[in-house]
Amino acid sequence: MSSRSGVSMIKIAVVGLGKMGLSHLAMVKAHPEVELAAVCDSSGYVLGVLRKYTGVATYSDYEAMLRELELDAVLIATPSRTHAGMVRSALERGLHVFCEKPFTLSAADADELSSLARQRAVVTQVGYHNRFVGAFGEVKRLLDAGAIGTVTHVLGEAYGPVVLKAKGGTWRNRKEEGGGALYDYAAHPLNLLNWYLGEPIGVGGTVLGSVFSREIDDEVHSTLYFPGGKTSRISVNWSDESYRKMTTRITAWGTAGRIFADRQEIQVYLRDTAIAPDGYEHGWNVRYTTELTEPVGFYLRGEEYSAQIEHFVARIRDRTIDGINAFESAAETDRVIAMMIADAQRGASTLAQGGDIAAEPAKRRRRFRLPRLVPQPAPQSVGQFETRGGA
Amino acid sequence: MDRLLFGDNQFFGVNHMSEEKARAQMMRFQSLDAVIEVLDAAYDVGVQTFMCTTHERIALICDHVRAHPERYSDFAFYPCMPYAHKYANAVTEDGMLGALKRFLPDEGLMDAAIRGGSSMARKDIEGVTTLLIDAEMKMFEGLRTPVIFLQNVVVDLLLGLGFKDAFRIFAEHVQRRYDAEPGFITMNMPALLPVLEEQGIENPIVCSNINKIGFRMCGGLEAYEKALRERRFRAIAMSVFASGAVPAEEAIEWVCTQPNIAAIVFGASSPRNIGHTRDLVARHWELQPDLAGV
Repeated sequence: MSSRSGVSMIKIAVVGLGKMGLSHLAMVKAHPEVELAAVCDSSGYVLGVLRKYTGVATYSDYEAMLRELELDAVLIATPSRTHAGMVRSALERGLHVFCEKPFTLSAADADELSSLARQRAVVTQVGYHNRFVGAFGEVKRLLDAGAIGTVTHVLGEAYGPVVLKAKGGTWRNRKEEGGGALYDYAAHPLNLLNWYLGEPIGVGGTVLGSVFSREIDDEVHSTLYFPGGKTSRISVNWSDESYRKMTTRITAWGTAGRIFADRQEIQVYLRDTAIAPDGYEHGWNVRYTTELTEPVGFYLRGEEYSAQIEHFVARIRDRTIDGINAFESAAETDRVIAMMIADAQRGASTLAQGGDIAAEPAKRRRRFRLPRLVPQPAPQSVGQFETRGGA
Repeated sequence: MDRLLFGDNQFFGVNHMSEEKARAQMMRFQSLDAVIEVLDAAYDVGVQTFMCTTHERIALICDHVRAHPERYSDFAFYPCMPYAHKYANAVTEDGMLGALKRFLPDEGLMDAAIRGGSSMARKDIEGVTTLLIDAEMKMFEGLRTPVIFLQNVVVDLLLGLGFKDAFRIFAEHVQRRYDAEPGFITMNMPALLPVLEEQGIENPIVCSNINKIGFRMCGGLEAYEKALRERRFRAIAMSVFASGAVPAEEAIEWVCTQPNIAAIVFGASSPRNIGHTRDLVARHWELQPDLAGV
């Protein structure tokens, strides 16, 4: 760390200057404890504009940047398929790493990198910013306190207007690069479900459907089975124009009540049998973002984006290895995604009498190339009832 | 500048409190008539400036105002650009440069070709920036736009990146081309002011959240109060009700006692609420009933 006016500054390089990268860059640069050491991107054009107008050091070669600069940390916001390699290089040099979501495209990579980070005792974080949304944090607090009794089911949803017609030519439209609504949208509610319920023991009924895209999924539906008989449903559609922008929401049912939350508010219904936490009463309780949100030092596009950067910087400063969204927790989400991709290939698990899977219209089912080390689905036995998951 | 400005969040399903409420508003204001009815109610009680995004539906309101020049002789638009979501979604779909191409005027326009093409080649943002501004301003042709704002997502992105020249480029272009004053919306007002000053933008119009509970006032309530007391700029207060967290009377009473506030921008969906807010502001600022500009 270098020093400016007596405060030791954390030197960070930002890698990848797409939509997320640029917004991270602005927040990193505005952070009073951070010195922006360099930016790195494959587009010489974007680098040239930034160098010309902001004077930042620029690199188009990531490895060269790591060799040449004395860094404390890197923030990686490149296309998802490049995450694993870049994270590994940074970890091998003992750097702290913030990586955009999804963490990796392979459960094996995610596990390996998590343990490498542990060995090196560095601070790691993945950009699941919803864990920094006040309302979603309040859900976590209430569930952990048992406010709605025993949780039986949690619904995770995400909708928004991203792919609204059959076109598009970026990496987000190629499945092998981590495109599609599964990685881009569904990862968010899945990560919240991991936070609330832990790691599922299985998934079933996964649909990775197309609405407009030829190669990738535009809608995602699945059932997740958790220990103790809890279940979750995930419902995601990024071809839904009725939403002005991406909306993520959570609904949790328990024996003593129900919780609904989105970015703006939390609505909690507590039955008479519930033990109401401080500030809550039986019946309806509504709390808004104005009371659930902590102020941040620099606001760009929602407190949660700033808060996650502030959390990362604070952990580096305080040498706190454990924290919100460390690699291990993001690896859980990567493993769920891998299970869902494998499961989606099965199609219906129970067929109508006399049904023939070959006769089933396949046009809406996506064929995924499975990431490495994902369990391959067993051949479907037609017409046979099958039970999976559950406890 | 009028002292009380009418915002447009309610028309487009922007509600910082509740997505349910936002959706209900979107349904209600799906019909242009419903929007015009509310705008008319505001206009008729002296709230004659409409501070609006460059959402494509605003073009329909522009058409309506253009078609009735006598009815709206004192009507002014304060456009706030760009409407960021259309760009953000386009970037997700087409990448950074692809999205840029999509929003630049169609080929065939000599000016666009020269300004855009050569400016892209020189990595000179001036040409591209002014082209984008012109594209966004197209819908307001022939209408009064005395102040043109840069939206907070862009202002704060540029502020964070340290892309300071962009503020000057924006200011100079809207002054020269539209004979308008530049305005800047921000969630980081105390941090923005010195940068605008450094860029030679004098006595700037800066719109930011200013509310009693410090909601989305980055840098903190105290820093805002200090800036209002000590810096030379024209402040426009938005989110004075903090999305409904502060009761109306209390909110207006507080904001009206702050120094150096040139105007308040507010949104409302009913003639009753518009009248109520107008009366509160008139009372606490001791304004003339017509809320004439100062």
